[in-house]
Amino acid sequence: MTLHPPVGPDDYVQGPADAPATLVEYGDYQCPYCGEAFGIIKQLQQQFGDGLRFCFRNFPIPEIHPQALPAAETAEFCGANDKFWQAHDTLYDNQERLGPELYTALVRELDLGVDDLETALREGTYRNRIQDQVDSGLRSGVNGTPTFFLNGERVALQGSFAELADPIERVIEAARR
Amino acid sequence: MTTNSSAAAPAAAPAAEPAAEPAGLLQPGVSAPDFTLKATADQELSLSELRGNPVVLVFYPADWSPVCGDELLVFNQALPLLRKYNATVLGISVDSVWSHQAFEQDRKLGFDLLADYQPKGAVARSYGVYDEQGGFDKRALFVIDGAGVIFWSYLSPTAINPGVDGVLDALDRLQHTSSTTTPAQQ
Repeated sequence: MTLHPPVGPDDYVQGPADAPATLVEYGDYQCPYCGEAFGIIKQLQQQFGDGLRFCFRNFPIPEIHPQALPAAETAEFCGANDKFWQAHDTLYDNQERLGPELYTALVRELDLGVDDLETALREGTYRNRIQDQVDSGLRSGVNGTPTFFLNGERVALQGSFAELADPIERVIEAARR
Repeated sequence: MTTNSSAAAPAAAPAAEPAAEPAGLLQPGVSAPDFTLKATADQELSLSELRGNPVVLVFYPADWSPVCGDELLVFNQALPLLRKYNATVLGISVDSVWSHQAFEQDRKLGFDLLADYQPKGAVARSYGVYDEQGGFDKRALFVIDGAGVIFWSYLSPTAINPGVDGVLDALDRLQHTSSTTTPAQQ
C-alpha cells in the first residue's frame, strides 16, 4: 500500500528534505498506542539523525477518543503559527491530561492567543485540513492508529514500534552504497 | 446453475448466477445474492432495495472484538468519502440485533449492521465467506454495482483489518466504468 499524496509542502516535517528515509505517521493524540510510539520515534530520530525525516499526519478517531479532534485542532492551530512540533510533543507528553485546560495552557506557553484558539475550535478552522489528512490515510490503507509509511510504503509491524528501526536502517544503508 | 467462471467478464456482460453455496469468495461478474436481514429488532433491509447505487458489504467475525472494532471504525471514518460515490455501507456478522444495536451505539457507527443470525451465517454462506469451523462470518469485502452485480471482492485474513483503500479504489474504477461504457445508472 502506497502513501498518497506523498509528503509535500503542506506537511509538518522534522529532519532534512533530502534525508534517505522519510517516516510518515498517521496518528491520533488520544490513542494510547500512538502515545507509546511517540517515545520510540524520538529514540529513532536520535539514533538516525539527519538520515531520518519524520512527518506527522492526523488520523483522529473521535468515535472512541473524544479529545482526539480538539487536540488535533489545537496542534494545527499552533502549526499555523509555526509551533506545530512544540504542540505535538506537549500533547503526547501529556496524553492523560488532554482537554481544554491543557490546550489553553499550551497555547499560553507558546505565546499564542487563547481567544484565537477558541475561535478556531468553535469555527472548525482546521477541520477540513484534518479531514483531508484522514481521507489521504484512508486511501493509502491506514487501518488504525498509528500507521506508518516508510518512503511511501506502509510498514507492517508484528508487535513493537521498535521494529521500525530495521527497515529505516536498511533504507539509510542502501542510500549510502 | 452456472458456476463462477467469469471473474474477468466485462461490465456489460450478463451477470453469472452464483452457485447455491459457492466453494469460495464470490468473484466479480457474479450476481450478488439477494438477502433480507434485520437491521433492528423491527426493521428489515433487503439488498435489492438498494439497486441503482453501489453497495459495500463488510462481512466481519464479531461485534466487540478489537480488530472488528477497528475495521468498522475505519469504515465509519470513510463514510464522507463513500457518500461521494452514493455508496451504502452495510456491516454483516452473525451477532444478534441486540448486540449490533449496543455495538453501533457504543462505537457511534453511522451505518447499519445486519444480523446474519438465523439461520446462522446463511448470507455469508451464499457469498462464500462463512467460517464453518469457527462459526462466524469471515472478514470479507464486496463492492456491488447499481445493477446488483459484484464488481470487486476481497477476503482478508481474519486477524488483519483490511482497511478501506481497496473499496475506494474499486468504487473509483466502478465510477469510471459506469461513466465510460454504460449510460449513467438511475
